[in-house]
Amino acid sequence: MEYFLKLFLSGTAKGSIYALIALGYTMVYGIVQLINFAHGEIYMIGGFTALIFGGFFFSKGMPVGLVLLFSVLLSIMYAAAFGFTVEKIAYRPLRGKPRLSALISAIGVSMVLQNFVLLSQTEKFLAFPSYLPEFKWLQPYKEYINSTQLIILGVTAVIMVLLTLLIKFTRIGKAMRATAQDMHMAQLVGVDINQVISVTFIIGSALAAIGGVLICSYMGQINYYIGFIAGIKAFVAAVLGGIGSIPGAVLGSFVLGWTESLGTGYISSDYEDAFAFIILIVILLIKPDGILGRTQRQKV
Amino acid sequence: MKPRSILEDIGKSLTIAVWFMVLLFPLMVMKVNVTRGVAQVQFRWNLLPFVGIAAFVLSYLWKIALEWRERRGNDKSGGVFGKIKTLGGAYFAKPAVRTSSLVALLAFAIAYPFLFGMYHTNVMITAFIYVILALGLNIVVGLGGLLNLGYAAFFGVGAYTYGLMWKYVGPSFVASGIDPGWLFWISLPMAGIIATLFGILLSLPVLRLRGDYLAIITLAFGEIFRMVMQNSGNFTGGATGISLIPRPWFFGQKLPPTKAAIYIYFIAIVLVILTIFVVRRIEDSRVGRALEAMREDEVACEAMGINLVKNKLITFALGAFWAGIAGVVMAAQTTYINPDSFTLWESIIILMAVVIGGTGSIPGVIGGAILLKLLPEYFRALAQYRMLIYGIAMVLVIIFKPDGLIPRKRKQYTFEGKEGAK
Repeated sequence: MEYFLKLFLSGTAKGSIYALIALGYTMVYGIVQLINFAHGEIYMIGGFTALIFGGFFFSKGMPVGLVLLFSVLLSIMYAAAFGFTVEKIAYRPLRGKPRLSALISAIGVSMVLQNFVLLSQTEKFLAFPSYLPEFKWLQPYKEYINSTQLIILGVTAVIMVLLTLLIKFTRIGKAMRATAQDMHMAQLVGVDINQVISVTFIIGSALAAIGGVLICSYMGQINYYIGFIAGIKAFVAAVLGGIGSIPGAVLGSFVLGWTESLGTGYISSDYEDAFAFIILIVILLIKPDGILGRTQRQKV
Repeated sequence: MKPRSILEDIGKSLTIAVWFMVLLFPLMVMKVNVTRGVAQVQFRWNLLPFVGIAAFVLSYLWKIALEWRERRGNDKSGGVFGKIKTLGGAYFAKPAVRTSSLVALLAFAIAYPFLFGMYHTNVMITAFIYVILALGLNIVVGLGGLLNLGYAAFFGVGAYTYGLMWKYVGPSFVASGIDPGWLFWISLPMAGIIATLFGILLSLPVLRLRGDYLAIITLAFGEIFRMVMQNSGNFTGGATGISLIPRPWFFGQKLPPTKAAIYIYFIAIVLVILTIFVVRRIEDSRVGRALEAMREDEVACEAMGINLVKNKLITFALGAFWAGIAGVVMAAQTTYINPDSFTLWESIIILMAVVIGGTGSIPGVIGGAILLKLLPEYFRALAQYRMLIYGIAMVLVIIFKPDGLIPRKRKQYTFEGKEGAK
């Protein structure tokens, strides 16, 4: 039981990080029906930016709390700016073109960003110094959960709530829902589509940056390639929950986190990534639109 | 269109330049290094002006290019390029010109390994393998409209069929004095059949899925295949793979590497021609028409009495067959296979060849595959910038030619009624 609880909690922490990335995927997909392959790269850039600014501020002798605050804020801002720019350059000119074109463009962007970081920074794995606080009172329970994991859980929970509020109750949230439902119709009733899509990319990228900082602090290392794997996993999570659905992305991420963690704990650690894909196949066989996905009615 | 004011444009480009200078600042100017858990940052101020100037110039060019694209979209005659294309098309439509240019192309292809060295021959073989792969995937994506992101797995099935045949059946061949060179010829159809079976196996569970769900599940299958190959070390050699796979023997003769390369080159050419022939036949067959209908609209197609389940099975099976064949050639050429050759990136590159060439257009797909395989080989001088340029080129091609370099021609039927008949 203890072993199970341990695996369950680490799976929960893992799932909440997937959720941060998967939300960006699912939001973008919900609105422009694009599998944004470059999303994982935005998350990696978020992590790198935090590392760079964190290192800079730390070397200037700033207190750790402020280093954390500033590096996270800057990383969010930069990731959001990257997301915004990528959308403008690589996706906007392809709106209304065959959907496969935008997908290929996204793969191209993913290659460009990966290799840009590889060339401008390094190809090595870098240690990622964690500026996250250690909770003293958590010491007795550190068998089960450590401070970083607890912070990840807390941050994810807060973000979910904020995001839900944003989408449910604000003006831009309403515009986003309208655009997701029917882009042309939304345009007709005066929604500025371009603005909505830009905002979606900005929010998604900002969430990815938070995920990037958290997971890099948790794993303790970073590399130009981390975004690709994480991006695929998050995409799997988003599909698992029903792509386009925000609660679905969160649920899918947790299911994915638990499956991976329990699978590696009880069966074999060689197949960690395979578990993710096996659960995906099983769930899609039972529910072809994902756990919370709405069944799409097909029309001619 | 209102006349552009130059000043306004320059102002815009300046803004963009500043934006990029700020955006790329941390990654370009600040270089991070971590020693003993402490991150240190070096500043490379000298790079900043370059970023600014490059962004300024490129944003200006970008704007002009986008305008050009728009104009081309509105102008149906297609401008100068369009005229050249129409004239060229008319010229090539003449049977005599067509035949003679095809003969010339074939003659060049045959002379190629003798004119250029072994290195170029090997590069060309790889390109041909990709042509087969891309044509196979084109059946799935171009004809059937089903997005397959796990295509490399079928490629892997083919390569592993040959590899495992060599590993397990090869020794008994050698022991009983049979020429192991025959293994290649036995494996070739076998790999095709086994890959086809895998294709059917995969398509059974995915029949209910559509669009992106299908894409992600094929991706999942591809990755599972790779992981199984990687982790079943006893049977498949695990991550180290299978090495010393024999090249095909020439009528019972073992060839030295140079000659073997030429031999494989010709095998590849024959296979490419066979693939083109079969794929063209499929396109014009009853099945091909049914697949095209399925691509255009699944519901309408079903309403026309086409069996969707059967068609999806056929699509995956046909696509997988060619990947299996290509896999055997690949294993024979490199004499070494391991799971890393069949990653998701591999599937993506094959898909890129199809889309960049022109989804559904056979000459386009062939061109795309050759281009995608040859360009990186010949840009090795730019080694470290290669992948970056590759990515940029991909985005540019897809933005300015979204239907691919040689777009698919829609079938058009012209009515040739009697004159005067109304």
